[in-house]
Amino acid sequence: MKAPAFAYVKPRSLAETFDLLERHGEGARLLAGGQSLMAALNLRLDAPRILIDLNGLDELSGIRVDRDSITIGALTRHRIVERSTDVSRYLPLIHQAMPYVAHAAIRNRGTFGGSIAFADAAAELPACCVALDARFVIRGRNGERQVAARGFFKGWYETDLRPGEVLVSGEFARLGDDYRYSFQELARRHGDYATVGVAACARMAGDVLDDVRIAFCGMGATPRLAIAAAKALEGRAKPHLDVSTAQALLEQDLAPFDDLYQTAATKMHLARVLLGRALARIAVPHED
Amino acid sequence: MKTEPDDMLEIALDVNGGRVRRRVSARQHLADFLRHELGLTGTHLGCEHGVCGACTVRLDGEIVRACLMLAVQADGARVETIEGLSDTGIVGELQRAFHERNALQCGFCTPGMLIAAAELVERQPGASRAAIRRHLSGNYCRCTGYQAIIDAVETVCRLHRGVRAG
Repeated sequence: MKAPAFAYVKPRSLAETFDLLERHGEGARLLAGGQSLMAALNLRLDAPRILIDLNGLDELSGIRVDRDSITIGALTRHRIVERSTDVSRYLPLIHQAMPYVAHAAIRNRGTFGGSIAFADAAAELPACCVALDARFVIRGRNGERQVAARGFFKGWYETDLRPGEVLVSGEFARLGDDYRYSFQELARRHGDYATVGVAACARMAGDVLDDVRIAFCGMGATPRLAIAAAKALEGRAKPHLDVSTAQALLEQDLAPFDDLYQTAATKMHLARVLLGRALARIAVPHED
Repeated sequence: MKTEPDDMLEIALDVNGGRVRRRVSARQHLADFLRHELGLTGTHLGCEHGVCGACTVRLDGEIVRACLMLAVQADGARVETIEGLSDTGIVGELQRAFHERNALQCGFCTPGMLIAAAELVERQPGASRAAIRRHLSGNYCRCTGYQAIIDAVETVCRLHRGVRAG
């Protein structure tokens, strides 16, 4: 199908963007990469009066490495993140997840911030941000605020973003070289949204695992942090890693729904399988 | 471009090496612009929501879904469609390999397949069969069962591997 009629505008600054948002309110949508929004418009799932194209705002694009943190601008395209040596060096979890984010032609347009703000529960990047405890920088007419990724995702396609605000970037703490990472995903077709995906990382202090963080996509209305499972692994030495207990505890952490293709029970099974794979990768390092 | 919202906008872009200037409706996507305004009907529309890959074109050298961007967003860009890419270069080689390996039947998916595959041959001629499958996972073909398409792309990849190794 074709998109319904709307007007289009491409502001030259964030200040102009805030003006437009204020003037057009609920009838306006922000257009970043458009790889979800355009599909929704073509399917007539949404009918905004105005699209505000953010693609003229170069200040929202790019990857910056600081002493303690790394920042990904909201308008940075997936393909740039995928190919960034800064991301592969400082954010290996995101580097591992990128090939799973849709298909090459979509990664060339789709943006980091678009994926976060759209907040599909089966998308890879929101789960990575939750696992890495990222902070999102949000700007509005009255200034800037930061929100932890873990509090940002509120429900199906629902986030903490308020009317008039724009997601500017995601900030990640630089973790030590002793952290290990694994991103695993099952999808019906490579590049589709995940049936189930897991983003996991932990510090390996000698043989002991600590600061274990595990987040799932596709296992509820938002990315889900597997707190009970992570706690069962915390402080355990590698030879005594009780993977099956952690897998069993996922029952407490996750809340999958039946969909057209899989029952919730199947998804729970797949989540346990993926957690096992991720922990095997973390405990025994591989060259990826 | 002015910064007041508008339903109709003037755009200027480069399509297959020629300068194009048109007034377009804001809601028109790039694939419809290419097909209806410019008569470039080699860009196909299958699903129109980014799943099938039949509308794949190049925008400033990178492959994109023409159904998932607006014509107005191509203002100032360089667009290449199958009409401009055919017969020469890597796409030409792929076309011959598709013919020889029987990698097409109805031909609906073929322009998108060729343009997507060309990117892989250029960037990663050493790709394994599994990597070729992964790269083409965003393009649907309902006739061939993919095997012959992977064969054809692999043939051209091999050719380029040899060239670069030599």
